[in-house]
Amino acid sequence: MIMRLALASLLARALTVAMTILAIALSVALFLGVEKVRTGAKASFADTISGTDLIVGARSGSVQLLLYSVFRIGNATNNVTWESYQDIAARPDVDWIVPISLGDSHRQFRVMGTTRAFFEHYKYRQGRSLDVSAGDIPDDLFDAAIGADVAATLSYEIDDPIIVAHGLASFTEHKDQPFRVSGILEKTGTPVDRTVIVSLEAIEAIHVDWQGGAQKPGQPTPVEAIRAMDLTPRAITAALIGVESPLQTFALQRAINEYPQEPLLAILPGVALQELWGIVGIAETALLAVSAMVVITALIGMMATIFSSLSERRREMAIFRAMGARPVTILALLVLEAMVMAAVGALLGLALLYIGLMVAQPLADSAFGLWLPIEAPTLREFQVLITVVFAGAIVSLVPALRAYRMSVADGMMVRT
Amino acid sequence: MTDLVLELSDVRYKWPGRGAFSLAVPRLCVSQGETVLLLGESGSGKSTLLSLICGTVLPDQGDLHVAGCSLKGLSGAARDRFRAEQIGVIFQQFNLLPFGTVSDNILLPLRFAPRRRKRAGNAGAAAEKLCSDLGLPPGLGRTKANTLSVGQQQRVAVARALIGQPPLIIADEPTSALDANSQAAFMDLLFQQVAHYGTSLLMVSHDARLGDRFDRVVHMDEIAQVERAAA
Repeated sequence: MIMRLALASLLARALTVAMTILAIALSVALFLGVEKVRTGAKASFADTISGTDLIVGARSGSVQLLLYSVFRIGNATNNVTWESYQDIAARPDVDWIVPISLGDSHRQFRVMGTTRAFFEHYKYRQGRSLDVSAGDIPDDLFDAAIGADVAATLSYEIDDPIIVAHGLASFTEHKDQPFRVSGILEKTGTPVDRTVIVSLEAIEAIHVDWQGGAQKPGQPTPVEAIRAMDLTPRAITAALIGVESPLQTFALQRAINEYPQEPLLAILPGVALQELWGIVGIAETALLAVSAMVVITALIGMMATIFSSLSERRREMAIFRAMGARPVTILALLVLEAMVMAAVGALLGLALLYIGLMVAQPLADSAFGLWLPIEAPTLREFQVLITVVFAGAIVSLVPALRAYRMSVADGMMVRT
Repeated sequence: MTDLVLELSDVRYKWPGRGAFSLAVPRLCVSQGETVLLLGESGSGKSTLLSLICGTVLPDQGDLHVAGCSLKGLSGAARDRFRAEQIGVIFQQFNLLPFGTVSDNILLPLRFAPRRRKRAGNAGAAAEKLCSDLGLPPGLGRTKANTLSVGQQQRVAVARALIGQPPLIIADEPTSALDANSQAAFMDLLFQQVAHYGTSLLMVSHDARLGDRFDRVVHMDEIAQVERAAA
């Protein structure tokens, strides 16, 4: 009956109560939304590389290696020699190995030289393989596969020519050896979308006439002559490795890190990602803190609403007291009301979150390659909701204690 | 002495702070089934006296017995419980929780008084009977209290005071918000019910014309001394 009266009392003040609940709901939806985007971004990052056990590059930092080899952020400080690459590839514990050669660009997009094995072994989002949405995976020396974003941004179609620029953001172009768009890859939500993929040999081929970062003077070598050349690269930027058995991962990593002929670094992508998150974590925490602050603001708003209702509810409290309610009952009644408001707000916030997700999911995926999964609330989200309800109870203690003191002082008489 | 429902002996009380208003009541008794009108102007200490009787404040001195039980030895919570069990209270106006239904309002004191609830038996049926005895239209139980007229509200308040038959009803000018006709009708119903249940009634009023109906009329300035220190 007390519960029913508390609800009836809330209903009698429907408008202010609804506003309070709405504020709480919006703040909870914001908080959960930020949390979703955060975990979604994290998952998207983690989904960028799947099924790769080790990444090998020249010795630098593990985060740096991860960033330039997988995310195309930053540059390699050094290369891996072809001999080292072959040594590693020949090891019995290596199941497959995919070389990557970076350093050139096309417009604002990076060009990556690799082998066909890349299309076989590179996996994203829990084991999905790359596929073309149009055309074919490059076959010829001067064929290129372009990512979905590259195609969309530059409105390229199959058979369009591409001229690769030397280096990044550079004005010198390899215009003697144009490429042909042979395939456009499906949208993946990974940096592959923003990459032009050519063969490893092609990277060699376009640099035939180059030496030390500048074009050799004189006539360019004809394309036919280039085709006849041995285009085995002298060095690669990095390599992705899959091991025979996961148990061998650490042994192989150690072997590569202790490779005597050349200073190399092998990283586990998952571990490097963790390290990366350690760095990004501060911004993440800041974002979360801001949205937590919004929740607190909404709860303080509720506290203010309860406070302002106290004077008009003095009569109501006096009636309760006259009927034999203890001051503690008055206190409990107010806390109960606050908890009901916070709980309804929290649940409404959860509902808003799902509505928001349904609207935002396709947009976020196409615009940012950010996949926000719509799934049942996690334990953590339930913890957030329960925390909001109890935080509401704690916040409401301030006006409730005032009501307690008022009802002790007033008793059942209200001096008006 | 056991048939005294209310007995105040040498009670003194001084409000903390607040203009140092103090009240002294050497003696006041109400017997079982007796109806007493307590006349007094505003500022004569009526409210303070009611607070003392209802146990929301404790006397500084002297003792106070309600239904044979001394309030002196009881804790605040026990006094609240005691009030719920033994006393039915009717205010001047705004007696009811506006958002509650009529039946919620009538049953409210039982929520805090398990023994009184037991005495009431089937509480819902008891509430309905009281409503019909008080001339309220049938089927009013589910109506929200704030949709009733003032006269109806006061009768619901009487039903609430009477449910579970507490030995003492305290009424604080219950007719002041009613017009003359409703006043008489209200008093008729109240007295009918009080007589029916054999409950004692202590009514506080400044209106001496009500006096004829009561067994006894007591003037506030005869039984109590009020002191007011210059603020």
